[in-house]
Amino acid sequence: MTPTLRVCALYPELMNIYADRGNLQVLRARCAWRGLGFELRGSTLGDDLDPHAHDLFYIGGGQDRDQIAVAEDMVGTKRDGLHAAADRDAVILAVCGGYQLLGRSYQLGEQTIPGIGLIGLTTVREPGPRLIGNCAIESEIAGGSRVIAGFENHGGRTYLDSGERPLGRVLSGHGNNGRDGGEGVRRGNVVGTYLHGPLLPKNVWLADRLVEAALGVELQPLDDGLEEAAHRSARRAAGV
Amino acid sequence: MLAAKLAVARAARVASRRLRRGGTTVPGRLLLRLDPRAIAALAPRLGAGSIVISATNGKTTTAAMLAGILEREGVRTIHNHTGSNMSWGVATAMLDTRLGGEELGLFEVDEAWLPAVARELRPRVFVLSNLFRDQLDRYGELAVLAERWQKMAGEHSGTARFVLNADDPLVADLGRGRPLVAYFGVEDDSLALPELQHAADSKRCGRCGHPYAYESVYLAHLGRYSCPGCQQRRPEPGIVAERVVLHGMAGSDLRIRTPSETVDLRLPLPGLYNVYNALAAAAAAHALGTPLADVATGLEGTRAAFGRVETLQVSGRPVSIMLVKNPAGANEVLRTLALEDGQLDLWVALNDRTADGRDVSWVWDADFEGLADRIGRVTCSGTRAEEMALRMKYAGVEGPIVVERDLERSLDRALAAGDGRALYALPTYTALLELRDLLADRGVAPRWSA
Repeated sequence: MTPTLRVCALYPELMNIYADRGNLQVLRARCAWRGLGFELRGSTLGDDLDPHAHDLFYIGGGQDRDQIAVAEDMVGTKRDGLHAAADRDAVILAVCGGYQLLGRSYQLGEQTIPGIGLIGLTTVREPGPRLIGNCAIESEIAGGSRVIAGFENHGGRTYLDSGERPLGRVLSGHGNNGRDGGEGVRRGNVVGTYLHGPLLPKNVWLADRLVEAALGVELQPLDDGLEEAAHRSARRAAGV
Repeated sequence: MLAAKLAVARAARVASRRLRRGGTTVPGRLLLRLDPRAIAALAPRLGAGSIVISATNGKTTTAAMLAGILEREGVRTIHNHTGSNMSWGVATAMLDTRLGGEELGLFEVDEAWLPAVARELRPRVFVLSNLFRDQLDRYGELAVLAERWQKMAGEHSGTARFVLNADDPLVADLGRGRPLVAYFGVEDDSLALPELQHAADSKRCGRCGHPYAYESVYLAHLGRYSCPGCQQRRPEPGIVAERVVLHGMAGSDLRIRTPSETVDLRLPLPGLYNVYNALAAAAAAHALGTPLADVATGLEGTRAAFGRVETLQVSGRPVSIMLVKNPAGANEVLRTLALEDGQLDLWVALNDRTADGRDVSWVWDADFEGLADRIGRVTCSGTRAEEMALRMKYAGVEGPIVVERDLERSLDRALAAGDGRALYALPTYTALLELRDLLADRGVAPRWSA
């Protein structure tokens, strides 16, 4: 039987500010070109979440106002489901605001926005400008060392607990907090990152690794001439 | 003292024009460096006061339409018509003011700069049309910008008149409970889209956070909405566009209705977005007392601002130039192109310079999918050409996708490939400026002058 990638997009109508749709379009197209099935469901405010019904969970970034509503709902209705999904090694990809929500909390001035506590990290809005710009990191997620390129735009500074590992080491840009040289987080099949642009169109190799992890299959290469040129273009923009 | 500073800035403008720069940035910047309050100091010289126009999309065209209407009425304006719309662009235009002058200041102002510029200028009229997701790296989140506009509306409430788009919930909210507010809006359900577009942003009520219910969606998040939570509704507009028929690139027919009269007209610019621009200009002119028949005549005589749907003959082919810079604007351009016949030949130039926004994510929010099977060929250019090409591939374009970063070479390749059919050129802002210079060098478009 042809495997089907079953994707659950969290809050697709709210957490989509940095063209997050592009990540889903890349997953869909690359499944189709390989003859794999692709199924996309949304889970938004008030919906529960079945950890066994999906292979890949995706959450993007939102405006601050929406993110507060999302955080409360996520803690209330989806925390247990996402913990269970991570326990069964489903892929969870969280970008920007969604990445912040994987942690314990986001301290925004007087306000503490709760997270689902899946990963040992906290985010703080410190004085100073938003961290904005093209960014490139070096990641070991595919075994050897590879570059992930994208664009970051975040006010929050994220700090990982000592037991957690970043997704990659910053080659150019700010990363998690502009200080420790780390960007994003990775634990098993859970990946969090500030890189949008969107992420997967600029790094289709990463999309393929995530699909392989989600389905437990090995993918055949595609004709990626244009994809590789786009990846080089994003790297060039970051000066790497 | 002011006179001396003006003289220095005016001399800089002469020099800058000689260098074939437009001369719209340096003189104003210099003047503001010499006197940071220069705009406020010069504002009283505008005997007829001033009017500011702002929006994410359509500022330049709306201002050009309004200027066209007012010129026919014999109103003399001081207008930053080249679209240089940050504080220094306004300051540069104000170099033309004189003591005892009777002109009206007509300024399009960048949406982020508007509160600061308005504080200096103290305009008589604000014309505010839309707020869309745009250049998040530069403008930040839409909600934050809307809050700054809300604060600005409070500062000018009672002293200025506000002409607001009722169909944009964020803009409509600026006038609630305030005096001297006039609303405009579209009322024509033949234009309604099946659903909110993907990039629509202000989908939830600013007061109670409940998602808006839309009776009709016209463009991005513009439409007829109400909030099921707090019952807040779209304000009833006093100036309405109805019976709108879009004829693709050829333009549109519409009727403009006020409480007391109606007028039918043919707008020579295409697309519903230009209907909104025309309606904003009409509402502003109406607020200034222009008779509706004269408004219609002025709008019918509108010429496109450069790169806002202009068709030129280049190497024997008609080339239609349409600026694209954010999802909402790009979607309207794509919607207009969908009304054209046959397979389309496109040239798209995606730059990532500061004025374009360094973040090119937005191309994934624009709905290229809807036009993909109509695109026979696309040539991608600009500093991020490869990423534009990738977007086209994933949108489902099956015709040739050509990548050539160099703007001039890519244009020549695109022109050479066609068979005399129209070429549709979609540049981002700085690519448009490059294209303009290139076409002027070839003598097919006039050199831009300030």
